[in-house]
Amino acid sequence: MTLERSKAPARLQNAPLYDWDELVQEDRVHRLIYTDPAVFDAEMVNVFGGTWVYLAHESQIPNPNDFITGKLGLRPLIITRDENGQIRALYNRCTHRGTTLCRWDKGNSRSFQCPYHGWNFLNTGKLRGVPWPDGYASKLVQEDKFNLAQVPRVESYRGFIFGTLNMEAPSLPDHLGPIKKPIDEWLDRNPGGKVIVCEANRLKFKGNWKLAYDNSGDGYHVIFSHRSLIQTENRFADEATKKGMSYYQNSPDTLPMYCQYMGNGHHFKDKRPNLEARPGGLWAIESLHPGMEHVQDKLRSRYGARAETMLDLAGSEPVNINVFPNLSLLGNHIQVFQPVAFDETDAIWYGTKIEDVDGTLGEEVLTDINALRMRTQEGFPNFGEVDDVTNFEQIQRGLAAAEDEWIYMNRGYAIPDRIHTLEDGTIKGPATDELFMREYIREWKRLMKAEPDIAIRREV
Amino acid sequence: MNAPARDPSRSSYYVTNDFYLELIADFADWQVDERSVEDCAERDRFRRLIEQEARLLDRLLYEEWLALYTPECAYWVPSTPEGGDPRTEISVMFDDRRRLEDRIYRLRTGYAWSQAPSSRTSRIVSNVEVFKSARDDQRMVRSNFAISEFWDGEIRMLAGWTGHRFRQHGGAWKISAKQVNLLNCDQCIRNPSIVL
Repeated sequence: MTLERSKAPARLQNAPLYDWDELVQEDRVHRLIYTDPAVFDAEMVNVFGGTWVYLAHESQIPNPNDFITGKLGLRPLIITRDENGQIRALYNRCTHRGTTLCRWDKGNSRSFQCPYHGWNFLNTGKLRGVPWPDGYASKLVQEDKFNLAQVPRVESYRGFIFGTLNMEAPSLPDHLGPIKKPIDEWLDRNPGGKVIVCEANRLKFKGNWKLAYDNSGDGYHVIFSHRSLIQTENRFADEATKKGMSYYQNSPDTLPMYCQYMGNGHHFKDKRPNLEARPGGLWAIESLHPGMEHVQDKLRSRYGARAETMLDLAGSEPVNINVFPNLSLLGNHIQVFQPVAFDETDAIWYGTKIEDVDGTLGEEVLTDINALRMRTQEGFPNFGEVDDVTNFEQIQRGLAAAEDEWIYMNRGYAIPDRIHTLEDGTIKGPATDELFMREYIREWKRLMKAEPDIAIRREV
Repeated sequence: MNAPARDPSRSSYYVTNDFYLELIADFADWQVDERSVEDCAERDRFRRLIEQEARLLDRLLYEEWLALYTPECAYWVPSTPEGGDPRTEISVMFDDRRRLEDRIYRLRTGYAWSQAPSSRTSRIVSNVEVFKSARDDQRMVRSNFAISEFWDGEIRMLAGWTGHRFRQHGGAWKISAKQVNLLNCDQCIRNPSIVL
């Protein structure tokens, strides 16, 4: 038995909050980064204000004046496409007394009127008018400071809308860097290289948001956390092919799948090399879903070999593309991590459907494939993610033990020739390694130490 | 494909586009006074079935619960209020017979951490109204529900209304589709892992 003397890290006088090098070390992190509300408050500025954050998908606001409400960290936003087609992230906060202007999840509106005192704003953020303007000494509509605050930098990458408050952050393409390639491949496997966001499986858990990001690249937990799922999807012993994530069951580190750190907190788990590279190879491992055999037999009898490529469109793409801090593309989902409090997070699994961009599928096949795609996407949130978030909650509970201070992320650490840095600077290792966690938390630490040049913008 | 493979517990051939279209049509515009069944005995028959279902689920007697359903059934928890089109929208849950059995199989593996230990539930069903359909062998039933769920040291409430589509099957009324409309179906839900 060893006995450890506990010496809790001291809150420093004046900024910074902590010595971040003490809290985030090479192979372990301190519990306080998950449990201290002050760290969470700082993250909402330094991380969710300091780097590019995923806000929405363009297909959620396809038409002029469409909007959805969302968040940048805890900042309430209206993400809208104005009449000229410009995508804006307006602060959902009246410039008068701070009321949220819009309480709907989505809609179409050219303007937003404050429910409190009736101030009216165009969806460009410009103040259009206030009731009884004679009561003001000046014309408020002529003063910039009464126009809505906006996220100063909003950019899209192939339909994914990101925003940052940090005027010194690199351009979005530079920030995404090597993770663009798997994003491109994820999109380009669909007709026209695009997806349309539809409804979502929406989960809430009582735990810190980083617990979800820690898990997003974790190949080590799969057969343990998801044992019930893997047993269920393989419950028919006479099925020829092992379904779902069964390939994790035996010596996963010796398989061709891998984990790759892509820089700036992003990381990538590529399980595609495990599959047979052939049309239908993806469909072959898909778990059992409603309507599966009907559509499969119909397409095969009607289209022969071409059916396999169609069926692959309904299959779950075996990748985890994790874009720090809040976006994860996995299967066909666009998963978003939305922090609520230091110990509460929303994990929203947006479904995606496809379009028959060039008319090669036809309406009937498109309908069948999209229906199957909905059913395949319901599988994991229902039978897998519920167990993940339960474990996240139980981590948060375990971390209440103040004297047992450390969380280890040392799998694959300090083993010669196990992990390789490639020419483009990305770092590649076995699928179950925690290298992605060690690397992304290093980026987190960099952001927490930095003093971002945070700004908001108003129309003039 | 040989005959046993058509067993809806093993393979899914009945979830066709027509099946979806019928489901959407049956769950649209059905709650109208003109179709309401006045006969108390008939209403009581369906009330009893819905109460029986609630009891079986509270007691985790899943085989007996599944026996209330037709072999080719649907269990549908939309993520949009009032339903939507399950062909183009993700649902909170959308199960055919096989996936319903998957759901139960998973809960019984002993490794479904979201239900280890299992939630304890107490379901109240009320406001039961029965509606006639175009088909003589079909009734649509609307009821409200409140599920008190004890899980992880707390009791929480899941509430909403249910649409049951009953059909005559083998000389008895069976549930051929159940649409569970959670009040918060389009919001983030903590651990939605019990059978509703």
